[in-house]
Amino acid sequence: MKIKVLSLLIAATLSQSLAADIPRTANGKPDLNGNYNTATLTPLQRPIAFGDSLYLSKEAADKIVAAVAAEKAEGDKQIDGDREAPPAGGDGSQGAAGNVGGYNSFWIDNGDSRFEIDGKFRTSIIYKPDNGRLPKMLPVAQKRLSKLYARYAKKNTGSAWWLETDGPGPYDGPESNTPSDRCLQGFGSTGGPPMMPVLYNNYKQIIQSEDHIMILVEMVHDVRTIRLNSEHISRDIRKWMGDSIGHWEGDTLVVDTTNFTDTPGFGRATRDLHVVERFTLKEDNTLHYQFTAEDPNTWSEPWSGEYPWPRSDSPVYEYACHEGNYAMGNILRGARILEAETTQKAKN
Amino acid sequence: MFITLLHFNRHSGIERNMRKKPLLTTVLLTLFTFQLSLQVAADSDYKAPRGPGGVNPDLNGIWQALGEAHFDLERHMARASMALREAPLGPVPAKRAVAFGAVGSVPPGLGVVEGGKIPYKAEALKIRDENRKNWLDRDPEIKCYLPGVPRATYMPYPFQILQGDKDLFISYQYASAARSIYSEDPGPAPIDTWMGQSVASWDGDTLVLDVTGLHPGTWLDRAGNHHSDQLHVIERYTPMGPNHLKYEATIEDPQVYTRPWKISLPLYRRMEADFQILDFKCVEFVEELLYGQWRRNPLD
Repeated sequence: MKIKVLSLLIAATLSQSLAADIPRTANGKPDLNGNYNTATLTPLQRPIAFGDSLYLSKEAADKIVAAVAAEKAEGDKQIDGDREAPPAGGDGSQGAAGNVGGYNSFWIDNGDSRFEIDGKFRTSIIYKPDNGRLPKMLPVAQKRLSKLYARYAKKNTGSAWWLETDGPGPYDGPESNTPSDRCLQGFGSTGGPPMMPVLYNNYKQIIQSEDHIMILVEMVHDVRTIRLNSEHISRDIRKWMGDSIGHWEGDTLVVDTTNFTDTPGFGRATRDLHVVERFTLKEDNTLHYQFTAEDPNTWSEPWSGEYPWPRSDSPVYEYACHEGNYAMGNILRGARILEAETTQKAKN
Repeated sequence: MFITLLHFNRHSGIERNMRKKPLLTTVLLTLFTFQLSLQVAADSDYKAPRGPGGVNPDLNGIWQALGEAHFDLERHMARASMALREAPLGPVPAKRAVAFGAVGSVPPGLGVVEGGKIPYKAEALKIRDENRKNWLDRDPEIKCYLPGVPRATYMPYPFQILQGDKDLFISYQYASAARSIYSEDPGPAPIDTWMGQSVASWDGDTLVLDVTGLHPGTWLDRAGNHHSDQLHVIERYTPMGPNHLKYEATIEDPQVYTRPWKISLPLYRRMEADFQILDFKCVEFVEELLYGQWRRNPLD
């Protein structure tokens, strides 16, 4: 009788340390299968004004959410058919009338709420360093990035300014564009790793077997294949989203990724990026996503972030980017036309 | 030939069945089976181990087709190139293809179409022939477009089937093509997609994928075989042995074919230790082809 009571107590204790309320696969692991919407209004980096405050009050969070909702409602209003055209060069706004590349609010799907973890709102996804911002960048990285993003340093003036500068121009060829404009990877590190919320197409699907996990990243129909209880491939094989191996630590899936190409999804990093992610299914069936990233060529220290992935009934849509990449041809042809016009003007 | 075939089929169901039959019938069966070698061998009594979930056979693994279906689904002789031009002494590769030499040639194939020929409507057959004449300009594979279904299955690259307790997913090495698979019919596809909308069901130990909503921009092979947005494909994946699947696809498209028709071919497990799919996006490899003329300093 004593033994029976004891074993019941032990069973009760054990079942509490492995959350009994989450769905599980036949082999007892947390069931991560399903779709997730990873959009959130909480930014990656903490606005400097918040200092070292990790948490945001509910009042402050509600205010931000209401302001965003109001902005979207304004943007969703039917446009006056009799309005005047925006001025040449755009009206300076973020929207469609701003400049080349502006989006009507219809296209934006970046979430309508800020996330809570354990009932508290956060000021940022990053929680380490303590200021919630990316660590100081190494001088070698600053130099590298200033060259890489030369195109974005210059405003679009409607003329081929690069003809006056030395070195490669911003639109010399398809390879001059970002991997996302080339339809090789989704922008904003949506596939990463680490995987970030972006402007739209924030959906992910996870499929899970006993020795593999696959994560379908909506943009650009990219599949992260995580081999469980395996080893990294040879250093001379590189992958756009790195090589991922994983294992279970209790109910947490731990994923280690290395072997990136020279252009990892997290654009500031290099091929030596190393990411460790931890996926934990919470009792409310939300997936908790935590990660630590380090790159000896980019940052002085590792940095960490976390945010929840709520489940979604929405399908993951096919993002057939390359098949419809009219923009690439237009970008290059546009640049050639600007060059011809600029050269002609200089002659006249 | 009889002895060779018995040896070859040692582990298949065919030989086990043959042992029970008298010699004459066995000889006739053997000859008959050899004639139909272009089709996959008759149903074996192989019972695959169960997958996660314990109910359905385990299809987890990395699979790949052999053969020449990706060149031309129909029976065909070898030829100099997919892109041929008329010449005084017989067809030769098109100018853009000459430099590939034998690497650009087309190997022969016994075909995977049951009945031999694809039953085209007259107008659709003309389009197929025009596709062949204009292969370099028209084949979406050359532009590294998503290959669609069923072409993705028999392209000469591996793909991985991931099977959980209930969920299924197929990830292709070629072009990072991916297929989410519904376990319940969600209704008509809201929009056409390159890889279609797939709904899974099980027919005994056969995985059935019912595919609709396919974008008409895909081809079925390099030989110009095409379809419309009415394409409906029903795939069947049946374990034949521990390392083989039988793949069948029934293809119907009332705008293009006079009736439904069927292909079948084996799929082979990639046996190498620690085998895995690597990146073969191929999009970056066609940038010179698609955009090279608009470089600031074109190479040609």
